[in-house]
Amino acid sequence: MAAVQDGQVESDAEKETKPDASNDVAGNSSGGARSMSPNAASSASGAAKAAAPTGPGEQQTLLAVLQFLKRSKLLESVDILRREAGLSDELDESQTNDGAAAGSGAGSQGEGSVDAASLLRRVSVGGAAATNIAATTTSKGAEDQPDVSIVLSAYSQQGDPALYQVYYSGLKNFIESVLDCHRAELSQLFYPLFVHMYLELVYNNHEHEAKVFFEKFSGDQECYYRDDLRVLSGLTKKEHMKGNETLLDFRTSKFVLRISRDSYQLLKRHLQERQNNQIWLIIQEHLYIDIFDGMPRSKSQIDSMSGSLAGEARREANKAKVYYGLLKEPEIEVPLDDEDDEAENEEGKPKKKKPKKDNLGSKNKKQDPNAPQQNRIPLPELKDSDKLDKIMSMKEATKKIRLGPDTLPSICFYTFLNAYQGLTSVDVTDDSSLIAGGFADSTVRVWSVTPKKLRKVKSAADLNLIDKEADDVLERIMDEKTASESKILYGHSGPVYGISFSPDRNYLLSSSEDGTVRLWSLQTFTCLVGYKGHNYPVWDTQFSPYGYYFVSGGHDRIARLWATDHYQPLRMFAGHLADITCTHFHPNSNYVATGSADRTVRLWDVLNGNCVRIFSGHKGPIHSLAFSPNGKYVASGATDGRVLLWDIGHGLMIGELKGHTDTVYALKFSRDGEILASGSMDGTVRLWDALKAFDVETDDFTAATGHIHLPDNSQELLLGTYMTKSTPVIHLHFTRRNLLLAAGGYNSQ
Amino acid sequence: MAEERRFAEVSRDSVKLMAESAGVEVGDEVAALLAEDVCYRLREAAQNSSQFMRHAKRRKLTVEDFNRALRWSNVEAVCGYGAQDALPFRPAKEGELFFVEDRDVNLVNLALATNIPNGCAETMVRVHVSYLDGKGNLEPQGTVPSAVQSLSEDLLKYYQQITRAILGEDPHLMKVALLDLQTNSKIAALLPYFVYVISGVKSVSHDLEQLNRLLHMVKSLVQNPYLYLGSYVRSLVSSVMYCILEPLAASINPLNDHWTLRDYAALLLSHIFWTHGDLVSGLYHQILLSLQKVLSDPVRPLCSHYGAVVGLHALGWKAVERVLYPHLPAYWANLQAVLDDYSVSNAQVKADGHKVYGAILVAVERLLKMKALSLSKPAEGGVGGQQGTAGGVLGFRESSPGLSPPPEPLSEAGLGIASHLQAGGAGCPWEDWTPVPLPAMYCELYSFFGDSLAVRFSTGPELEGCLPALPCQPADARKETVANAAAGLDNSRKMPQLTANLNISPRPDGSPHTEPPPPSLAATIPGRPFARSSSSSSSVQRRSSSSRPGQRSAGPSRDVFPKARFPPPQAGPPSFSFLIGGRQMGRRCQGRRFQTSFGPQPPLASLPPRAYAHKLPVIGRVSKPVRRWTCSHYSLHLPL
Repeated sequence: MAAVQDGQVESDAEKETKPDASNDVAGNSSGGARSMSPNAASSASGAAKAAAPTGPGEQQTLLAVLQFLKRSKLLESVDILRREAGLSDELDESQTNDGAAAGSGAGSQGEGSVDAASLLRRVSVGGAAATNIAATTTSKGAEDQPDVSIVLSAYSQQGDPALYQVYYSGLKNFIESVLDCHRAELSQLFYPLFVHMYLELVYNNHEHEAKVFFEKFSGDQECYYRDDLRVLSGLTKKEHMKGNETLLDFRTSKFVLRISRDSYQLLKRHLQERQNNQIWLIIQEHLYIDIFDGMPRSKSQIDSMSGSLAGEARREANKAKVYYGLLKEPEIEVPLDDEDDEAENEEGKPKKKKPKKDNLGSKNKKQDPNAPQQNRIPLPELKDSDKLDKIMSMKEATKKIRLGPDTLPSICFYTFLNAYQGLTSVDVTDDSSLIAGGFADSTVRVWSVTPKKLRKVKSAADLNLIDKEADDVLERIMDEKTASESKILYGHSGPVYGISFSPDRNYLLSSSEDGTVRLWSLQTFTCLVGYKGHNYPVWDTQFSPYGYYFVSGGHDRIARLWATDHYQPLRMFAGHLADITCTHFHPNSNYVATGSADRTVRLWDVLNGNCVRIFSGHKGPIHSLAFSPNGKYVASGATDGRVLLWDIGHGLMIGELKGHTDTVYALKFSRDGEILASGSMDGTVRLWDALKAFDVETDDFTAATGHIHLPDNSQELLLGTYMTKSTPVIHLHFTRRNLLLAAGGYNSQ
Repeated sequence: MAEERRFAEVSRDSVKLMAESAGVEVGDEVAALLAEDVCYRLREAAQNSSQFMRHAKRRKLTVEDFNRALRWSNVEAVCGYGAQDALPFRPAKEGELFFVEDRDVNLVNLALATNIPNGCAETMVRVHVSYLDGKGNLEPQGTVPSAVQSLSEDLLKYYQQITRAILGEDPHLMKVALLDLQTNSKIAALLPYFVYVISGVKSVSHDLEQLNRLLHMVKSLVQNPYLYLGSYVRSLVSSVMYCILEPLAASINPLNDHWTLRDYAALLLSHIFWTHGDLVSGLYHQILLSLQKVLSDPVRPLCSHYGAVVGLHALGWKAVERVLYPHLPAYWANLQAVLDDYSVSNAQVKADGHKVYGAILVAVERLLKMKALSLSKPAEGGVGGQQGTAGGVLGFRESSPGLSPPPEPLSEAGLGIASHLQAGGAGCPWEDWTPVPLPAMYCELYSFFGDSLAVRFSTGPELEGCLPALPCQPADARKETVANAAAGLDNSRKMPQLTANLNISPRPDGSPHTEPPPPSLAATIPGRPFARSSSSSSSVQRRSSSSRPGQRSAGPSRDVFPKARFPPPQAGPPSFSFLIGGRQMGRRCQGRRFQTSFGPQPPLASLPPRAYAHKLPVIGRVSKPVRRWTCSHYSLHLPL
């Protein structure tokens, strides 16, 4: 795949910089760390000034923006920007005159910087709130230039290629000789340094040296970087660096390391003593060292968090407040069904039912303190049919089995037979009445799993004939002749990689390799809309739990939020460094989680498009996500066969479930969240004790630093392993009564 | 410095060749640069294609994945590699050039059905309660569902028509049906059903005709080049073995020619084994064991013993040498007792005994002959040395011809499987089995069969006396003759091929891929006239330079089977005994006709009505489709 278009990278970079923009603004210890360098370290006392961009290019950019804002009469923004950037008025004035003299109008401000117009264009892409514009632009430095050649030219600095090995092994010897507690932390440096030094050698056409360097030191790297190393080892020419995505990722983002202050001091002293400028330069330019005070972390702590393409998440990235609570359920009068009551009475448990109902009611009435405002994002109004459905589901819910380690769910397996064309995705409606499969031959097939057949609505001419006042008009509009067990939807021109039913079962979404997301009507079984925006394969899509909105993500690394009645996306979530492989809505519909091939999970705020959480720790592309029903946790499964559990509120990893031997393609919590079911390519469904897994004490210190020490208790949490008949499990679903449905295509080979 | 090869690399020579083929001259340096770049692009495309695989939730990277990756990087897709089977990659004769074989492809087939097998059913979803309360049925875990395929309407009809035709009244219809079964490429889905029908042999053991038809069905299935029999081979073999070994209900009536059936079944067995034996490991071992068990069981009726002997014979002389020959002394006493009992009540048993006697004689004859042949081979020099495994063994013997035992007695192609016979079941003498030198073997056999052996063997005392120096000329001639018969008059064949053919001679009618089915097998199809006598005799006459056809032919056979009740239906062709070495089938047919002589098959019209055909399992569609999945495999269990 060729280089992703520039425009996309632009927004990548722009989004990426948001978190650290806020750092800079905050201007605290992290800001200091960032600008720390042998000669600048002394000037760190400059407090607020230190946070201000120092390069002349950056300042010019800022001034250009200021000028533009002034011209556009955005005076408030001007003030904000000036305050945040710490620019004095005089400087502003003088520079502006300067700039005006140099260039005419808001146009070019010199080759090094970007003109204000294009900056603004870039900013407006995100559709972010106005306050973000200023924040974004502050950090728009030369190093964040998305242009490939400029990105690469960062490597043009020449060192003696022969000395690279010496530098590296010198550092290696040093790190190996330090105290154990520091060694683990400093060892994190090996991988990013190795990569950047190798790339520098390659960029400067020292092919042979690069090869030798690679052979000598690639063995030292952690095994979970193997895939990246394989890509790197194939890269031996400067020409190849253009258009290599992995390389772009390395360059457009700084590799983030978390190191305790002590260890960092140690490293700095060493490098200063040795005059090891080459390494120091790389650390300064390409790494972001997130310094924390306190105990250095242990090797296992580090290992559990590292592994993503760009290092760990910065601590600040996970500090934003997330309203993870559930929305208040609308008040619906549940008509007491006589028949139902009788049945309950016959069973002789009328008492048990009552308190349960009360529970439900009280929960509904109280507003969850962690929940977002009911109208934080506008949600579609409930229709009558939705209310009916809600009532149905509540009724069903009263009959659901309470699962636990002692009462495991029954599992039904839906096998797709004769699916020679290749089953690529499956979805089941919430009420488990329909199942749909996306296939590699571009078709989407929908089956009814109840005796009720699938019927189309009659044609317009026939519809005119029916009596619209009849009570059973909904029945009359259906064309009985078209009744069948399954329907095939044709329209895509590439494998269908993701499908999702709307909550009201009227629509089906499908995303395909052809770059489109299609909305299908399940009344007429025709395509209603083709959403074009991703120009590359769309790997996944999902409806919001309240309908109307949906999210999609694909090879272009941008997740898009859509509303069914808009042909253009409402939000673009950019920041992932590699393909977005899976997307998932938070139960309260205010957040979207995306899993990516850059081995991170990100949580995005639907309201403002911000990335509010970055979870790193997976060692392979993430292929499945699931929110717990209470919205507090998210689980993610990756190609390495591990399932990781995350606490959204604290932004922490709280569990690791090891057991699967192949990619985890499906994750689902039971209706009450007691059980987590995971399905994998290895042909097994595993059940995990979710309650126990979430029962981790998180003291304040852990919460503050994010240094969780994970107990290795996968075996205790594993409640059962269930084999299929040589069928990979690609979808899991709990019915409203907590029966587990699994689905997959039988593979005869 | 020896560079570690991390990736497949395209050499600069390849690039140059490509450039030349495109009419461009490329310098060394350019070629090297291009080669490196091509490698890099290939790696990149491969890496990109893997994500299409991952998202399609597959483990296997397909050509399509790769093409998608190419397309997204604005490179033209590579067409024509989407076929399911691996492409043969072969070297050119000269030079180190490799290429992909370019065959004619049916474009329509390729375009419309690249990955989807023919005649498969609709894609469907079936639900199955796998685990009740998380515990559930442990036993079917990890096994393949038995009824993955549910039949389409067309296939169902086909199945019904075919089974009715084969087991029905009309011989012509049957032939058509069998032929179609043998050539139809779209019946893979029906294979289990047919195999099940065939396993119905046990329920029709009273009806020779039906048994015969079922065996022909086996033959057709086995010869169908489009079918992958897989583990069904085992089931087919057990059905065939049933026909060979079991004292069939039909055998009670001496008028029933169950001998022919056994012969045919034995032939079929060897055919299955030689063409499909590699599908099931240890098959050879199992067959030999069960044959041996029958042979060493004195309680079994003689017809079972006969079946065991012809079965061994059909499996090749090695099998005879290893199983029959060591058993002979013990068995001989029993057989002798039967043959020496001249009481009237014993007449029938004695007649059977003679059949067994004849079969054993034929088997050991060939054993001796093949052994002698393999010993004489070195004398033929390079000719023998060229033929694979056999040649290797023979080459070894060159140093000490005929005196020392061959180092690896089971050198016949495919018999390598039998090497784990050593670990074989209890009570079989595998462990202490050593090959007996030919002279000793001959002496021992001679002590059993006396002159009948010598005369049939035709070289008589000469062979006994100077075996090591067996003249190659007669052997040669015999071989050729034999081979001629085997290859259906293919006179143009050259020696090495012939001998190779001989070495695996139990493969009676060749695999369907290489040779047309020779007349021998077809000859026993009821209703088809015997067409081989003239052809074989003509070949013999052409080849009779060094042999004495007339003298060897009918005489000894009559000695062996003195109880012939009918004169031979055909004027005994002088070629008769000439075929001994090769086409046991043809020879045995004639021998049998000569002896038991029920003439050609009884007229078809006189046969009892085919009750079996009416009791066919009818695979009906269960009306409720959701239930069909669970029911479909039961439909196979309808009683026949």
